[in-house]
Order: sequence, then structure tokens, then C-alpha cells
Amino acid sequence: MPVSSTQIQKAPPPAPREITTKPRASDIFFRGVLTTMSMSSLLILTLIGLFLSFRGYQAFKTQGFHFLTAYDWNASTDAGQKDVFGLGAMIIGTLIISTIALLIGVPLSVLTALFLTFYAPERIKRALTTLVDLMASFPSILFGLWGFIVLMPMAEYWAKLIHKYLGWIPVFSVPQPAYTRSPFIAGIVLAIMIIPIVTSVSREIFGQTPLDRIQAAYALGATRWAMIKAVVLPFGASGVVGGAMLGLGRALGETVAVYSVLNIVFKPNWQVLYGFGGNIASMIVQKWGEASLSESKALLAAGFVLFVMTLLVNLGANFIVRRAIKSGK
Amino acid sequence: MNSNNDFEKNENDGEDMSTNTVHQSSGLANVAANHAAQKQPGNAPLGSGLEARGIHAWFGKHHALENVSLDFAAGTVTALIGPSGCGKSTFIRTLNRMHEFIPSAAMAGEVLLDGKDIYEAGTDVTKIRLQIGMVFQKPNPFPSMTIGENVLSGLKLAQIKSPINKDDLLEECLTRSGLWSEVKDRLGAHAGGLSGGQQQRLCIARSLAVNPKVLLMDEPCSALDPGSTLRIEDTIGQLAQTMTIIIVTHNMQQAARVSDYTAFFLSDGGPGQLVEVGPTNEMFSRPKDERTENYVSGRFG
Repeated sequence: MPVSSTQIQKAPPPAPREITTKPRASDIFFRGVLTTMSMSSLLILTLIGLFLSFRGYQAFKTQGFHFLTAYDWNASTDAGQKDVFGLGAMIIGTLIISTIALLIGVPLSVLTALFLTFYAPERIKRALTTLVDLMASFPSILFGLWGFIVLMPMAEYWAKLIHKYLGWIPVFSVPQPAYTRSPFIAGIVLAIMIIPIVTSVSREIFGQTPLDRIQAAYALGATRWAMIKAVVLPFGASGVVGGAMLGLGRALGETVAVYSVLNIVFKPNWQVLYGFGGNIASMIVQKWGEASLSESKALLAAGFVLFVMTLLVNLGANFIVRRAIKSGK
Repeated sequence: MNSNNDFEKNENDGEDMSTNTVHQSSGLANVAANHAAQKQPGNAPLGSGLEARGIHAWFGKHHALENVSLDFAAGTVTALIGPSGCGKSTFIRTLNRMHEFIPSAAMAGEVLLDGKDIYEAGTDVTKIRLQIGMVFQKPNPFPSMTIGENVLSGLKLAQIKSPINKDDLLEECLTRSGLWSEVKDRLGAHAGGLSGGQQQRLCIARSLAVNPKVLLMDEPCSALDPGSTLRIEDTIGQLAQTMTIIIVTHNMQQAARVSDYTAFFLSDGGPGQLVEVGPTNEMFSRPKDERTENYVSGRFG
């Protein structure tokens, strides 16, 4: 007998069943190990954040909002004199240097990744990929020394050229001929340091471009470059942004390499070719050795600011990548 | 290919082909005969002839295709049939130089488009692919583009300056591919929102926008439902009036419905070979080769 629809509607819906399974002992053990491991890394990160904010709290309390906006850094030597700590120039400097690093590093990385994925012969591709990945694990002090000894004299020449032809643009103007240890040079060193990670992520995503779309473009008479513009770049854009943000994360926190090639001065400098700038991480290293108790607290507070900046960048990267994925595909 | 010439003569005389099929037992043969009968006589063939001569294909050391020679007359539809792995897809991909995208792929032989070898040294391969378009097995519109942008993407990709009005071209291509009425109100929507069958017709429209002389179709309906398949077959029938079409298909009903000629490929464990080619209704009613007969009657494959 056929069941009518009214009959179906009359039957009360059953409560959803609880679905369970009895895990094996090995599964329970493995889950326990994994949970402990991942929780402990989270815990360590949280503790570091707490430690920095706790230790830095005093600097925030005495300096107030001034700590983020002012441009002076004076630890008092006499009792009764007031400490003045302002991180403004360092924050600006960090952002400027990171921006320069991204402006130089990301295009180079994307082009390298495109070359490796679509142009390089198989043998060159394998060798270059290994080389670029090796670059990622290169100790940063070596980048710093190389930057100081080799790059700086060359970059000084480039800076003079840029100043000569583009000096009318305010950021490229230089009040006095001092071209060494500038944000421009620090930015170049950082750019070279972020190239491996950005290249690696971009190459990974370009390599995943669906073959049927690539073929569709070629079958329509596309040249390789036209195919890349129409298919690969739209597909890979979110990945490139993600890679750039990872690179930015490294650029923000990089210490030793920048310390070797940057003249740290507590004064904001927008003239990127001019020989001084600011950088939070390098400044901490520079001041830490001789810091008094109150100054060391201020340096920890600076570390906390850097911590928050890096977190914000990563959150931003997540947001951009997720939005790109939603709208793009 | 004497049999082909006979066939064309029959067609041009407007003779009723169904008289030839009285004694046929196969349903496919009837379908093919119907198709042949519906073909309008008298039109001068459009499109360009394509001629494959002694095509071999390799993937590394694997010899995938052996000595295939086939003529495709201008304005005809040719179906390539055969069991999986017989090299028919490989063959069709040698016809517009898509074969060479696979690393380690190699080929020998000549493919003549209007008498000129497309593999000749110094040939601009992008120009070849403009003249010999391709529709793939899986619909592959560009998801980052709108429906309208997809149709016109070929112009941008091949850096053609379109002399005529783009809106007209858009409407013409979509009309010819049978999609216009379904998408005319949402040309600015993203192509990903279309159904599979609509996407495939969009891909056909996209190929048409660059005005190819030959259209290759590699199992264009294998991922589609029967309704969409029939629509695309209609589209193929329309397109055949202005271009040469070569279609790979696993579906023998489809071969019988849409094609003028059928070529049967087979691999006996070694490289794929061309077993037999002829007018479709003959291939399905009285094939000359026993292996063809076994395949079209469904005894294997």
C-alpha cells in the first residue's frame, strides 16, 4: 500500500541518535600525546605574551600612550630625573623597512616562482628550488654581514642613482649626502631574506593551478604569459598574499641582519635613502646589554608591541587569504 | 577513401539514405542513417580540411599511437571511437599541438591544415590553436571571469583586436552554442554558477569567439547528463555547417547521431592503431573489419 504524505507528516520525528564509538587504547594514547604537544606549544606562546605584557606593564604605566607615539628614549642616570621612553620612531621605522622589503621581495619572488613553475627546464628547476629552499635556512647574521660588506657599497650607488633621478619625490630626497645604513639598504637585506619563503609558497600554489584551466587557455591560442595572467595569477593571488604576509612576519621581527646595516636613531625618517632609521627588534638588541632595570622593562614592553604587531599582521593575512578564497573560487 | 567520396556524392544528390538501411538490424545504423538523411545537401563546405599523415605518438618510451593517417574534409563531423586506451584522445591532441604539453611526449608524422604542416619548424603554435579550437572532456570555464568575459577570453588571450562590436560577438557565440537564452540576463555573473551542461556550452562559445576553422572535441559530453548531452549534440549539428568538427566519444549512440564519418581506433596491447574509417552509417551497418563489427555491436569495449 502506498504511503500518503499526510501519514509521513504525522509520524513524530525521532530524537537524533547519539553516535559514539569505543576508541582503541592505541588511539587514546596517540590522541593524548598529540593534545599534550599542541597544547604545550600554545601554552608557551601564551606565557610569552603574558610575560612580556606583565613586565612591560610598568613602562606603559609610567609612560602612558606616550610610549607608542613619542620619539625620545632617555634612561635617567641621576636619581630623581625622569625616564622618557617613546617607541614611535621605531614603530614607524619597522613599518617602513618592512614595506620596502615587501615592495622589492614580493615581485622578485613571484617572478622567480613563475619561472620555476612554467619556464625553467626540469633540471634547472630542481636545482634552483633546492637552492631557494636552502636560502630560507641561511643564518640571518650571514645576511647581515654580507649586507654590510658587499651590499652596502653597491646599494649606496643605487641609492645615489635613485636620488639623482627621483629625488624630487619626497621619500627619495636626501638632506645630506649620507647614503649608508639607511632604511633602503636594510629593506634590501630583508627583501633577500623573505624571498625564499614567499617564493616557496608562491611556487607551491602556482603548481596547483588546475591543468584543465591551463589547457583551456592554451587551446584558445594563448601565449604562456597570457595564460599566466588569465589563469595562474588569479588562481594564485591568495597564496601569494599569504606568502607575502608570512614574509612580512619575518621582516617585522628580523633582528640581527637589520642591526648590522641600519643606523638606529630615535627620530622618524621618511626619507628612505637617508642614513638612519628605526627598527624595534634591532633597537632592543642594541639597548639590552647596558639597560638599567627601568629601561629593560621598557624594552620588554617594546617586545610586547612587536609581538602584537606580528599577531595583527598574521590575523590580517588570514583574513585576506580567506576572503580571496571565498570570492575567487 | 573512395567510400567517403561515394558518400558525399549520395549526400549531394539528395538521395534518401534510408533506402540503404532497410536490411540493417542494428539500431545504431538506423540512427546514423537518419543523421545522414538529415544532412542538408547543396551547401559548399566551410571550414578547413585537416589531414593527419602517419601520426605516431609516444609518452616517454611508451608508444601510444602508431601510424595513423586520417583525412577530415572541410565541413564534416568525424567521430573517433574505440575502447579506453586506444589512443584516440592522444590522437586528437596531436591535431592542435596540445600533445606537446605533456612532458616527455613526442610525436612523428604531419598534420596538414589547408595543406600546411602545423608542426613545421618556425610555426607560431598559438596561431595554430586559434584556427584549431578545442573543447575538453571536463567543462573548464575560467572561474575568476564572468560569463561574458569567458566567451571573449580568447580575444584577450591571443591578443586579437576584435574589429567588430564585442556585444554582437558575445551574442553570436552564445547563440551558436545554444546558451544565449539561458544566460543573456546574467552575462556579468561568474561562470562557476552555471550547471555542468551550461558550462560546457559556455566553453564551446568560448572556442567559437576566436572563429576557428576546425573544432576538436574530446569527449565533450562524458561529464554531462542526457539532457545537456542532447543540447550539445544539437549544437554540434549547427556548428558543422560552418566548420570541421572532430569529436572523440565513448558513446556510440552519440557517434551515430552527430557524425558524418567514424574512425575506429584499437590497441591490441601495443600502440593504438586506426582500424577502419568510413561514413558513419556504413561503419555501423556493414563495417569491413571484424573488430569494428564486434565493437559497434557491443561485443567488447
